[in-house]
Amino acid sequence: MNIAKTAKVSLLALNRNKMRSFLTALGIIIGVGAVIAMVSIGQGAKAEIEQRFTEMGTNLLFVRPGSMSFRGRHGGGGSYTTLKESDAKAILENCDAVQYVSPNVNTRAQVVFGNKNWNSSIYGVGDRYPQIRNWDVEYGVFFDENQVRTGQKVCVLGSEVTENLFEGADPIGEIIRLNKIPFRVLGVLKTKGEAGGWGSRDDMIAVPYTTAKSRLMNIDYIQSIDVSAVSAKRTDEAARQIEELLRTRHKIAPGSEDDFNVRNISDIAEGASEATQILTILLGGIASISLLVGGIGIMNIMLVSVTERIREIGIRMSVGAREIDILLQFLTEAVVLSVLGGVLGICLGLGSSSLISKLAGMKTLVSIGSVALAFFFAGSVGVFFGFYPARKASKLDPIEALRYE
Amino acid sequence: MENNNLIQLKDVTRVYQMGDTEVRALKGISYIIKRGDLLAIMGPSGSGKSTLMNIIGCLDKPSDGKYFLEGQEISTFNKNELARMRNKKIGFVFQNFNLLSRTTALENTELPLLYSDVPSKKSREMALKALEMVGLKGRELHKTNQISGGEMQRVAIARALVNDPSLILADEPTGNLDTKTGQEIMEIFTTLNKEKGITIILVTHDPEVAEITERRVYLRDGEIEREEES
Repeated sequence: MNIAKTAKVSLLALNRNKMRSFLTALGIIIGVGAVIAMVSIGQGAKAEIEQRFTEMGTNLLFVRPGSMSFRGRHGGGGSYTTLKESDAKAILENCDAVQYVSPNVNTRAQVVFGNKNWNSSIYGVGDRYPQIRNWDVEYGVFFDENQVRTGQKVCVLGSEVTENLFEGADPIGEIIRLNKIPFRVLGVLKTKGEAGGWGSRDDMIAVPYTTAKSRLMNIDYIQSIDVSAVSAKRTDEAARQIEELLRTRHKIAPGSEDDFNVRNISDIAEGASEATQILTILLGGIASISLLVGGIGIMNIMLVSVTERIREIGIRMSVGAREIDILLQFLTEAVVLSVLGGVLGICLGLGSSSLISKLAGMKTLVSIGSVALAFFFAGSVGVFFGFYPARKASKLDPIEALRYE
Repeated sequence: MENNNLIQLKDVTRVYQMGDTEVRALKGISYIIKRGDLLAIMGPSGSGKSTLMNIIGCLDKPSDGKYFLEGQEISTFNKNELARMRNKKIGFVFQNFNLLSRTTALENTELPLLYSDVPSKKSREMALKALEMVGLKGRELHKTNQISGGEMQRVAIARALVNDPSLILADEPTGNLDTKTGQEIMEIFTTLNKEKGITIILVTHDPEVAEITERRVYLRDGEIEREEES
């Protein structure tokens, strides 16, 4: 019997029992669909994070206070007050691999303009912050070095704040109040877009860090320093220079722990994409289990179906079907079911991943690799779990099979 | 006249092992069936007639002795060769029809051809012809669950015929049918035997069915008891 005839026999047999065929394939449909959808979530998250970090700039370094211990006691998160404005200045002056430096403080404030009231994030930053973080000013200007040094009450608005306070009117030169203190609006930033469930990146107001420290927060330290290296290649060098300098400035004895840490954007990106990689593997792994369960379902139903069709097998043998013919028929049935299930599962996976990205606002990415892998896996599941029942069918004795009630 | 012998059984025995005891279903059968015979194998249940039919039908092999079909020694064949013999030389008709359910008459008739090397276009023609011979022209696309018992048995006969076999083995072919339908089915067998010269072996315990045959072989306890000719 040739392949075309085997396929014909198998398809006819499957067609005779549409409902059972569908239910058998359902396990594979859901398994493949789940693998594709889950992996697409993981890969989407990874792509999203990578893109976000690329947007920030590859030569970015963060200096944060941390690991501070005082007489053996570790301070809590809010107690890190070790970074000073002077540290930022020293970094810019002494480290030749560093291009720009921006001391940062963050707080929230109640923003009032006319009868509009809004609560927003306040970024106290230096004048070079836009260059460091790849921010663009949509219109107006960012505050300059002089305004930062003298602690002017000026601000630059994120697009969402602008929309909420001014509703399309020109905000440049207007006075808004942050915690009742008047600030003059200098400019508006370009929209940066949703942060994928991390809150809006446009609901913020940038003010000089000097002003934020003294007027809004009343502190004498800074919370972090953003640094850009002269080039992406020299970021590691810049990080080393900063570490050396700050250890000297903070008088840390050799061998003791730093009271700060310098992190490279690519380290953070790597860590984050590693985390999403683990997420992808985890999600894919869980989904694969359902594919495996689907395969066992195929085996189960094929075994039941062999028992149920003993008479049919006997009839086929009595008219001249050989063992191999019966084996191939049942194996083909299993493979056809799992391949059809695989195709439908791919559709389900594509559909649900686009649904997830629409409904949950998560980025999903379906790669050809994951589709091919899921499909190949489904086919193998069919062969693997179809073989045992098929063999069992082919080993039946025709006389017994014909007599079977 | 050696080549006029379709079937030659030489001291055929069949022993089943049932646990510790041996059951001797056939105790040395020697017999010759000629081409074109219309023969009945008769006997009470347990006489070994089903075992004999299974051996003649190449579903089973003798434990001892020799079986020749068309001069080929079947008793030395392996499973695949037996399957090939069933496919080419033998047509079965069973008491309970043994048709594939929810399948059309045509597909059922075509079944043996699926396991041969007949191209599918030709096999369709052959199946249609076989169905016409058993009087089912126009019913080819009826499914087996939509037709009567008599019609089902006709489909089964068409299936047995389709490969142009040397031998049709019918095991109680009228057992599940009423008398009138049973007679119609028997008429088909007689016609096939007379007009097409196909050798037909009926296995039955019904004397009325056996009446139409030329020869009757009576089995008892695995041995040939007597032979009748009419």
